[in-house]
Amino acid sequence: MSKLLIEGVARTFPGLRGRPPTRALEPTHLAVADNDFITILGPSGCGKSTLLRIVAGLDTPTEGRVLLDGEPVTGPGPDRGMVFQSYTLFPWLTVRRNICFGLVEKGVPAQRQREIADYFIAKTGLKGFEDHYPKMLSGGMQQRTALARALANDPKILLLDEPFGALDNQTRALMQELLLGIWEGDRKTVLFVTHDIEEAIFLASRVVVMTARPGRIKSVITVDLPYPRVYTMKTSPEFAALKARLTEEIRAESIRADEELAARS
Amino acid sequence: MNLLTPLKPVSPTLRLALGIAFFVLFVAAWAAATFGGLIRPLFLADPLKTLESGWTLFTEFGFAFDVAVTIWRVVGGFILAAAIAVPLGIAMGAFKAVEAFFEPFVSFSRYLPASAFIPLLILWAGVGEAQKLLVIFIGSVFQLILMVAVIVGGTRTDLVEAAYTLGAKGRRIISRVMLPAAAPQIAEALRLVLGWAWTYVIVAELIGASSGIGHMIMDSQRLLDTGQMIFGIVVIGIIGLISDVLFKAANERLFPWYFR
Repeated sequence: MSKLLIEGVARTFPGLRGRPPTRALEPTHLAVADNDFITILGPSGCGKSTLLRIVAGLDTPTEGRVLLDGEPVTGPGPDRGMVFQSYTLFPWLTVRRNICFGLVEKGVPAQRQREIADYFIAKTGLKGFEDHYPKMLSGGMQQRTALARALANDPKILLLDEPFGALDNQTRALMQELLLGIWEGDRKTVLFVTHDIEEAIFLASRVVVMTARPGRIKSVITVDLPYPRVYTMKTSPEFAALKARLTEEIRAESIRADEELAARS
Repeated sequence: MNLLTPLKPVSPTLRLALGIAFFVLFVAAWAAATFGGLIRPLFLADPLKTLESGWTLFTEFGFAFDVAVTIWRVVGGFILAAAIAVPLGIAMGAFKAVEAFFEPFVSFSRYLPASAFIPLLILWAGVGEAQKLLVIFIGSVFQLILMVAVIVGGTRTDLVEAAYTLGAKGRRIISRVMLPAAAPQIAEALRLVLGWAWTYVIVAELIGASSGIGHMIMDSQRLLDTGQMIFGIVVIGIIGLISDVLFKAANERLFPWYFR
């Protein structure tokens, strides 16, 4: 059985002040198997973030439904951990207490909280920063903490919305490897939204390509690169072939999105 | 000169020196105008005469008691206003229905001048302490409610969403996200309003009071003692400055993540 089932999910935003409503997402179907790492790739404004927010329960679909382990999603919950593109650490809590946020909600005993936090602090390379406030951390460190905070809750699925989008290239590459390393160890089910083609290939077992607005799934491409993946693969011929193919698909969509925007204005 | 480069920070020492320099300049101008005979003593006492008046106020007229009474009124009225405004403001910021219920009335009341209530308040509450506290209360409470409501209502939605995905919901969102996020700004709003409370207390004491700094200033007017009047005003300024510095220091200590 699929871990996550997206069944005909569509989203239309009501038009403001008499303007016609905007279709952000066409009815979309997607089945995600347990332990799968899916990246959703598409041009900006293609509704990929909307789709992820619907899975998270932060947005409601106008049609269709999302099933997690056969249970329909009705709102946000700790079984779907999320890392946002913007820095969403709680600025009044230290790194450690940010990581423990969800554990406190669950009522996990303090001793156990400490152990879990220590485990993920070590895993995400945050040792020595436990007592820092988010303000004192670099963007990369903040996103490591956000990842640790989501993982500490032991969610059934991890949702990431362009989590490394605001980071510089070097930090981004390191974070990709960190995330892959964790996934290869824990085998969490992951849904990762990005507009970066290289990132989409490097991380995924399957890349879902979305069309320009209104978004719908254009193709699903399996990435057959072996594990464990290392950064040197990014220069391999197989990687280059995949990249060429995805670049072509995305390019067509970006041009179409541009033309549509021009036609509308 | 590079001291006047836009937005360029200055060292703490220079900052303090510049701040003190203006006080010195101000007193110097005052001294020049009065000692130089530019302004007659009837209208403006010179700095020395003012200090002298201050000394007699404390030694012969028990001015310390007046100062204490005024401080108690400010603090009392301010705490009363904060006790109502902070919880109500939080409720309005968090729940849109509560906001819709109170906001129009509070916005209307905000424009009612507290001083205009003094005659009514004397009628209702007499000329005792209750009336003084009420003037300060009316002057600060409505402003504070709206400020707190705006601060709490402006909580970053991405933080709230993050908390939802971590399993918090309902009241826990308020207690674990909205309140801690808003706390330092609420503290800053309180600091601002405490400054206003000082203006209201003097207004309240100008009419129907038998003690307090404002009462002393009114008494001095009858005697045409500009030295005492100016000293009273300066004392208000000094206490205001001290309370502001203390309040600020407390805020910075309480919320290091926000201020540092």
